[in-house]
Amino acid sequence: MSAVVTPNPPSTQTEVAKEPARAGARSALSHPVARRLLPLAVAVVVLAPLAAVLWGSGSWPHALTVDIKTPLDDAYNWTVRNRDTNPVFLYGLLHLSNWADSSVSSVTDLLENLGWFPVITITVLLSWRIGGLRDRRGLKLAGVTFAAFAVCGLLGMWQSTMETLALMLVAVVVSAVVGALLGLGAGLSDRFERILRPFLDTMQIMPAFAYLLPLVVVFDIGVPSALIATIIYAAPPMARLTALGLRGADPGVMEAAASLGTSPVQRLLTARLPLARKEILLGLNQTIMMSLSMVTIASVIGAGGLGEEVFQALSTVDVGKALAAGIPIVLLAVWFDRLTSVAGDRLGAGAAPAGLRWLHGWRAWTVSAVSAAALSVAGWMMFIADWPDTWNVDIASPVNNAVDWFTSHMASGVPVLGGTRTWADNFTLWILDPLRTGLTDSPWWLLVLLAAVLAFLAGGWSACLTAALAMAGIGVFGVWNHSLDTLSQAIAGVVVTLVLGFAIGIVAARVSWIERALRPVLDTMQTLPQFIYLIPVVAMFNVGRSAAVAAAVLYALPAVVRITTQGLRQVDGATMEAARSMGASTFQQIRQVQLPLARPALMLALNQGVVLVLAMVIVGGLVGSGALGYDVVYGLEKSQLGTGMTAGIAIVLLGLVLDRTTQRTGKRSAAR
Amino acid sequence: MKMNRKNVLRVTTAAAVALGITGLSACGAAKTNSGGSGSGSGTVTLSVQSWVGAEADVAVAKYVLEHDLNTKVKTTQLDEGVSFDALNTGKADAIMEDWGGSPKKVSLYVDDKKTVVKGGDLGVTGHIGWFVPKYLADKHPDITNYKNLNKYASLFKTAESGSKGQLLEGSPSYTTNDKALIKNLKLNYKTVFAGSEAAQITQLKEDYKAKKPFLTYWYTPQWLNSQMDLVEVKLPPYTKGCDSDAQKVACGYAQTPLQKYLSADFVKKNKKAATFLKNFKWTNDDQNEVAAMIAAQKMSPDKAAEKWVKAHQDVVKAWLPK
Repeated sequence: MSAVVTPNPPSTQTEVAKEPARAGARSALSHPVARRLLPLAVAVVVLAPLAAVLWGSGSWPHALTVDIKTPLDDAYNWTVRNRDTNPVFLYGLLHLSNWADSSVSSVTDLLENLGWFPVITITVLLSWRIGGLRDRRGLKLAGVTFAAFAVCGLLGMWQSTMETLALMLVAVVVSAVVGALLGLGAGLSDRFERILRPFLDTMQIMPAFAYLLPLVVVFDIGVPSALIATIIYAAPPMARLTALGLRGADPGVMEAAASLGTSPVQRLLTARLPLARKEILLGLNQTIMMSLSMVTIASVIGAGGLGEEVFQALSTVDVGKALAAGIPIVLLAVWFDRLTSVAGDRLGAGAAPAGLRWLHGWRAWTVSAVSAAALSVAGWMMFIADWPDTWNVDIASPVNNAVDWFTSHMASGVPVLGGTRTWADNFTLWILDPLRTGLTDSPWWLLVLLAAVLAFLAGGWSACLTAALAMAGIGVFGVWNHSLDTLSQAIAGVVVTLVLGFAIGIVAARVSWIERALRPVLDTMQTLPQFIYLIPVVAMFNVGRSAAVAAAVLYALPAVVRITTQGLRQVDGATMEAARSMGASTFQQIRQVQLPLARPALMLALNQGVVLVLAMVIVGGLVGSGALGYDVVYGLEKSQLGTGMTAGIAIVLLGLVLDRTTQRTGKRSAAR
Repeated sequence: MKMNRKNVLRVTTAAAVALGITGLSACGAAKTNSGGSGSGSGTVTLSVQSWVGAEADVAVAKYVLEHDLNTKVKTTQLDEGVSFDALNTGKADAIMEDWGGSPKKVSLYVDDKKTVVKGGDLGVTGHIGWFVPKYLADKHPDITNYKNLNKYASLFKTAESGSKGQLLEGSPSYTTNDKALIKNLKLNYKTVFAGSEAAQITQLKEDYKAKKPFLTYWYTPQWLNSQMDLVEVKLPPYTKGCDSDAQKVACGYAQTPLQKYLSADFVKKNKKAATFLKNFKWTNDDQNEVAAMIAAQKMSPDKAAEKWVKAHQDVVKAWLPK
């Protein structure tokens, strides 16, 4: 069976292979790919038989493993014993942790003591001002803000929303400052950027669960760990985009500024930074989105707020209640997204004031602030501070009924096709099992070699080296079989995601009403906490690896669809027109014109699909995927740092292998 | 140019001073107690584990603390193992229901560091075991003994367990010896971890609805048992110490009197609340009543607690400190 299934990844790889050959130096076109592989092949011919003779050709040889579990467990025990007495903790880290605690709790207290009416008033007026008091966008934004916050209240989630908002605000401010400083350094110094880039890459590939565990060891359960985890995850886009913006400054403007005799600092403050403000704002937007997506994960380690509501609902298998807690997260995301994008548009348009003077500039801020204060006080005196329970709308029971009906009809009720549970069983038996057996039965050196060759074809020598080392690292740390199990699930997940994503993307790119209809669905899928669909996924696909793959596909699909649609849309209109006038059928247009021209976008979709599928490995562990995902969850819940951390590292290494084998160099900065 | 250098200098000095001040203020040793009752605000932080039984304990304790002892209560959702860490640092003040899944942490914190103290029996007796649905036991009456399980292994085959029978396991945080049990009792079964209780319950509910055969790791008291008729499979009887070597276990699970644990600091600082939590004791039936209200009737924990407390004033009175 494995012979039937395994060709899938290589077939995508041959596409990768052609690409660098074509995009690479034109003079190298005469050299076939085989020629470039020659040094690698020589090394292989010498090394592979040697390795096979020395250590056999089965699973990763035991002689080549290093035990990192025991030292990790020892480190954990040492930390737990000495956390209260060691000076490093007492004089350093504990301050950090207490600061995090107090800053988040003071913001929470502030929001809670203000009460719901003033909070809504202030946010609405603030949004209105940012959107422009005389601008239609401002009014619209104010409407969106009001609706978002009102729904949070109506769902009975006001207090949790405030807790989450407080953690978010602190996390976003710190991430933005950290990210901006790093970006400033990277934007001004080439060396700093070279050093920083691998760190940013790792921070983004590494699944958040992997660093929750060491954070908990050092900072204990609670807000500090959650805050730091969020910052690690959310700061990279800010750093990247700030650097990109600074680097992209118009050389003409810079030259002009320099010729006016400005100092470097002045040039930075008056020319470079203002020119980069659009990118910086986009970075801020991304940072906010990333930190919102951490809300549920952070509550695993005691962050509270909406994430905790989601988990509590899951413990009673209450999808409806989990959804009621998930919707506010989506709404916060929508609000922040609109806010930053409107602010970005207005910054981009430049200040071109028209109309009454007191409706823009600092006067407008004053108007907003004063009216917000006045209204707040009035509202505060009229209403009670707590959100009135009687206003709450219960969506839990109708949602639960709908989900029950849907899953039970899909699970086994479909005539002829048998229903999703049968499909899931067959998917496990005929795709996942052979794939896993194929991988675990392959000689270890062959898999390392395969990773090296694929990465070489995709990204050259440095990618090759990274991929080979990462693959070998998995073996060295003694998690070879579990990693291959996870890898088989990831490959299956990526293939399904790409097939579905490309199909939907192609249709959406051609039929615009479908794209418009899809957009809100995709937005919701991307921001809704993944934990909410655990229960429906299990109900439809049974506990096990199929359910894990299904969850991963659901998570990765939106990005792939989006990138595909966008890539196809950007194909030059004239080329399309030419193809049409030559009598190409719709199918021919897609296959022979659009797809080849959109290849960079499709490759990016592949890479994003891979990274996102891998990010879901942990959630897979919660629905029965076993392997690495389960190990990380086990490590976290049982405080087994050795098991959890090793599995976390293995996921990072797998991520590196998959990323390097699917990502073309040279496009990297554009891709992010 | 000079002007600019001066500016830079000024900014740098200002930054250095600012940093220095914050640094100085941070020079002292930080206090460990940041959350919980350590801050002296009088708020009690109760740790809630992911199962509904624990939620019921906490809900009732919270209700009584708030209404009879005028104490503010915070709840925080933590897993069994990390709850002990939270008690150690004072992030949480009490665990209401411990199943004995972290003996190492108990010995570290309770015996060695003395940062956590025992809070006595909860009154509820927990029991872990292997269960099959009643409709299956009716059909094959001898299935309820582990000796006959191999005969029926093919009934429990799934895509995940392959040629063996599937024994469904729950969350990784739960105490289980099942892998060793299967090996030592020479059973043709394989453990399949659902990875979370939500996933396990969903799977059980779906199978139960479809009247499919299943064998699962399960426990009592559990709210779901009032909705599903499950029968326990007899394992070799538990004798004291038979589970001491995790690799060689060949006996069933003990009847575990569930324990409460309190943070030592909290006991010192908030005597009234600590005494109440130590006195807190109820039965399996009591807990099931509240848990079923929360899980099956989808009442909010606070409402369920209120309803139960109002109906059981005599029990609650006995808990209050004199």
